[in-house]
Amino acid sequence: MTQPTPTANPATGQHDLAEEFLDRTTPLSRLRGVMHRYPAISPAVVLVIAIIVFGMLNERFLNPANLSLITQQVAVVGTLAIAQTLIILTAGIDLSVGAVMVLSSMVIAQFTVQNGLPPIMGLIAGLVVALAAGALNGFLVTRLRLPPFIVTLGTLNVFVALTLLYSNGATVRGGDMPDLLTWTGTTFSVGGVNFTMGVLLMLVLYVVIAFILSQTAWGRHVYAVGDDKEAARLAGISVSRVLMSVYLAAGAILAIGAWIQIGRSNAASPNAGTDLNLDSITAVVIGGTSLFGGRGTIWGTLLGALIVGVFRNGLSLAGLDVLWQTFAVGVLIVLAVSVDQWIRKVRK
Amino acid sequence: MTLIDGSTAAGAPAPVREPILTAKKLVKTYGRVVGLDGVSLELYPGEVLAIIGDNGAGKSTLIKCLTGAEVADEGEITLDGKPVQFKRPQDAHAAGIETVYQTLAVSPALDVASNLFLGRELRRAGLLGSVFRMVDKKGMRKRAKQELSDLGISTLQDVTVAVENLSGGQRQAVAVARAAAFGSKVVVLDEPTAALGVRESNQVLQLVKNLRDRGIPVILISHNMPHVFEVADRIHIQRLGKCAATITPQSHSMTDAVAIMTGARKA
Ligand SMILES: Nc1ncnc2c1ncn2[C@@H]1O[C@H](COP(=O)(O)OP(=O)(O)OP(=O)(O)O)[C@@H](O)[C@H]1O
Ligand SMILES: [Mg+2]
Repeated sequence: MTQPTPTANPATGQHDLAEEFLDRTTPLSRLRGVMHRYPAISPAVVLVIAIIVFGMLNERFLNPANLSLITQQVAVVGTLAIAQTLIILTAGIDLSVGAVMVLSSMVIAQFTVQNGLPPIMGLIAGLVVALAAGALNGFLVTRLRLPPFIVTLGTLNVFVALTLLYSNGATVRGGDMPDLLTWTGTTFSVGGVNFTMGVLLMLVLYVVIAFILSQTAWGRHVYAVGDDKEAARLAGISVSRVLMSVYLAAGAILAIGAWIQIGRSNAASPNAGTDLNLDSITAVVIGGTSLFGGRGTIWGTLLGALIVGVFRNGLSLAGLDVLWQTFAVGVLIVLAVSVDQWIRKVRK
Repeated sequence: MTLIDGSTAAGAPAPVREPILTAKKLVKTYGRVVGLDGVSLELYPGEVLAIIGDNGAGKSTLIKCLTGAEVADEGEITLDGKPVQFKRPQDAHAAGIETVYQTLAVSPALDVASNLFLGRELRRAGLLGSVFRMVDKKGMRKRAKQELSDLGISTLQDVTVAVENLSGGQRQAVAVARAAAFGSKVVVLDEPTAALGVRESNQVLQLVKNLRDRGIPVILISHNMPHVFEVADRIHIQRLGKCAATITPQSHSMTDAVAIMTGARKA
């Protein structure tokens, strides 16, 4: 990504493109150009500053035990946010991610504990249900051409109701489950900081999806579809197929999220995921992905999820009321969206 | 500038030749709006067929139906004498037909090289490509550079720039380069010089001639009469959703063509 120095092209006497970039002389507009090209920069800066500030406010913040706690608090929402990122990149939105995750976790637990199936079959059943939920959302978006916001607002309620009906509102305790289901809650230590397998699983998912988005044709098509659907169609991309595959991939990721959730809370509870729908969107938006689609990175989302985790944890260590945490997250969202709007003005 | 060799000098195509692409009585309606009202067209090997007409005459609709971007309600399309049905743009791509649409159909957030290869990315060799499905970014950049310099487009040197950072003319150059790179049978250009400067317009006209010299017929939609009369072998005049006449630059003057186009005169 080297930028050649501004010179007139000797062959044609014309100024080349690089010069046009450097013509934006004010530091502010140059900053905007850089942020436009690397949308994960601003969340990275915010995260570093937040860690420094909270570390100075309270020395316990940087304790290994506390850092470990933050990663665990981030694991589930961070996983859901991967699915959310894929969907938002296509200029969609999924209000039902938390509900699907909870439904899947109840299926995993019930199939194993009540129906007595082997735990691996329980996990597969949870995966199948999450895929079916993704397929339903994808079908309604691609075949009936309904807006994803409306579709998932509807299916959110359907999935919540199904979860409560299926589980009779009862929690399945982790102690009753086979070890495989709570494996995501087991810990290992790196340099004195304990991490859970769930955190590791989340990170692996980030690496895999980052690879797919940046290195495969499918990844490019996801961006192209979110950027301009009609242009993508005319370029020869099957828009419906890309959208459907995104919703299915999201379903699979949510099933993994369900497994991580069981390990994290050492239980499967039908009332677990109500905040997670919006929290996952928050992580994506703070991470610099545009709600208009086609722009953003998966690493930005991880940063966004970490920022939310760090703010909540840091503010509560500083002794602030939980309502102020919510207040701070709200301010962050509005700031992130404003920054996105400002960055997008680069497009003339 | 390349010299056109004498054998393909402008003029009416030899009558013995079979058309490559034909459309018979295409009808396309949008609700109550009739976009195309029984339009027929023939495209012969090695010719440039211009389509002219007022705004809303149905020029874009016609080429969209020919290239799979829209499906005609009625009518028949043949390629090399065989009936074809293009349901999607990729069907036309597979048949070797490439199109620059009036809206350009580029993805703003993707870079120039990615746009050139959008929908038909090159894969890495070996396991990285077959198992991990990795795209060959380097190879695509190299070939994109090659295509652009072959076209003589010197204002676009950095193929890693996102298309949204390009000027309107540069975007058009990207779309034209994509069509020229992949068009193996027919190239269709819907107002490809609308946003271009004088020098770039001449390059596109030269490209049209080069394609014709390679034996690839071109359908060119343009409002620029001097351009049309410079490169076209035949001119299809579209008026109110119908084909008003098909003329040649030899048989009619520009004034005649405009008169037919506006309905001031019958062909
Ligand atoms: N997607 C659409 N929906 C509704 N009407 C359409 C659509 N596309 C084209 N039309 C109508 O079909 C007619 C022909 O349009 P078309 O775009 O083919 O014109 P054109 O000859 O290309 O004009 P221009 O020179 O402005 O590009 C117009 O009346 C237009 O309003
Ligand atoms: Mg048009």
